[in-house]
Amino acid sequence: MAETMQFDLVSPERSLMSAQVKSVQIPGADGDMTAMPNHAPLITTLRPGVLKVETDKGIEEFVVTGGFAELGESLSVLAERAVPKADVDQAAYEAMVDEAHAAYKQTKETFKNEPGPVDDAAKLLADMVAVGTHIGLSPKQPSL
Amino acid sequence: MPNLKDLKNRIASVKSTRKITKAMQMVAAAKLRRAQDAAEMARPYTERFNAVMGALASSVGDSDSAPKLLSGTGKDDVHLLVVLTAERGLCGGFNANIAKLAKQKATELKAKGKTVKILTVGKKGRDAMKRDFGNLSVGHIDMSDVKRIGYADAQGIAKDILGRFDAGEFDVATIFYAKFVNVVSQTPTAQQVIPAAFDAPEQGTAEASTLYDYEPDEEAILADLLPRGVATQIFAALLENGASEQGARMSAMDNATRNAGEMIDKLTIEYNRSRQAVITNELIEIISGAEAL
Repeated sequence: MAETMQFDLVSPERSLMSAQVKSVQIPGADGDMTAMPNHAPLITTLRPGVLKVETDKGIEEFVVTGGFAELGESLSVLAERAVPKADVDQAAYEAMVDEAHAAYKQTKETFKNEPGPVDDAAKLLADMVAVGTHIGLSPKQPSL
Repeated sequence: MPNLKDLKNRIASVKSTRKITKAMQMVAAAKLRRAQDAAEMARPYTERFNAVMGALASSVGDSDSAPKLLSGTGKDDVHLLVVLTAERGLCGGFNANIAKLAKQKATELKAKGKTVKILTVGKKGRDAMKRDFGNLSVGHIDMSDVKRIGYADAQGIAKDILGRFDAGEFDVATIFYAKFVNVVSQTPTAQQVIPAAFDAPEQGTAEASTLYDYEPDEEAILADLLPRGVATQIFAALLENGASEQGARMSAMDNATRNAGEMIDKLTIEYNRSRQAVITNELIEIISGAEAL
C-alpha cells in the first residue's frame, strides 16, 4: 500500500475535506506542484486553479480561488474559497470571473501609475479564466 | 381600586407580550445553534492561519522591510476603533456592553492626547456611539441585508479598513466585539488587528523548529497573507458576535418571559380579589336592602 499523509482542506466558512491521501496537486502561485508524503516543509500561496486530491478511493477535485498551503508532516490547504469541482456550473463560474473582472477594473483605476497591483489583478483574472478550460467551461467575457 | 375591565385588559396585553417574548426566545435558540455551528466550522481555518502567520511573522518580524501591516507605521497617534454590533436590539446588554467598552477606550485614548476615529458596523453600535462620539465617526457599514454572515462580508469590512490604512488615515486599528463564552455570558473584547498581533509559537516546540521553504519568498507571502489575516480576524469576530447576540437575546427573552409570567400571576390575583370585592359589595347591598324592608 502506498504511503499516505493527512490532508485538510479548509475555507473560512467550513472544513471541506479531511482525509488520508496519496498525493495532492496544488495550483501554487509560482506554478503547479504535486505534494506527496514526506515532502520538504513548504509554505506557498495559491493562484485560482484546480486542486486535485488523490486518495485510495479515487481522485477528488476542488476549484480554489486563492489562499495558501502549508506542507509539513501533513498538508493543510487554507483556501479563500473552495468548491467541489462538480458543484461549479456555468453560472457559478461566470460569477467568479465577473468578480475578477470587477477587481481588475477597480485596481486599474486606483493604481493608474503603478503597474504592480494592476499586473497582479490581471494575472488573477487570467488564472480565473484558465480555470474554465480545466473544468470545461468558458466565460462570457474574454480574458482581457 | 382599579376597575375590573382595566385589569382584564392588562392581563390580556401582558399575555400577548409573553407570547411574543417566548417566540423570540425560541427563534433565538434556533439561531444560536446555527451561529455556534458556523463559529465552530470557522475555527480550524482561523487556528491554522494564526499558526502559520505566527511562524512567518517571527521569522520576518524585526527586519526593516517587514510590511507595514505587521510592523505598524512606527507611530500610534491615530487610533481607529471598529465597533462590531448587532443590527437589532432586544438582546439584553449585548450592544450596550460592546459600546461601553469602546467608549471607555475612546475616552482613555483621548485623555492621552491621541486622535480617535470610529468605524461602526451594525446599526445599534452606530446609535450608541453617536451620542457621545458622533463627531469622531468616519464611517458606518450596514449589515442589515446580511442574513447569514459570509466570509465575503468580512472581506468587505477588511477592504474598507485596509483602504483607510493605505491612505494613512490611522496607525492602529482595534476591533470591538463580544466573545461568546456561553449562553448567559458574553465578554466584550477589544482586539488589535493593525499592526497585526499574532501569538508567536513558543520556542523549542516542534512547530517552531520546522524550517519551511517559502514559495514565493517570505515577504511576498506575508504581503499576500496579512490583508487576509485582517479579514479572517474580522470574520471570526463577526461569527463570535453572531453567536453572542443570539445567546444574549435568548437569555434576555427568557427573563422577559418569566417576568411576564410573574406579572400575569400577580394581576390575576388582583383581578380575582377585586371581583370578589365587587360580589361581596353587591351582596351586602342586597341584604341590607332586604333587611330595610
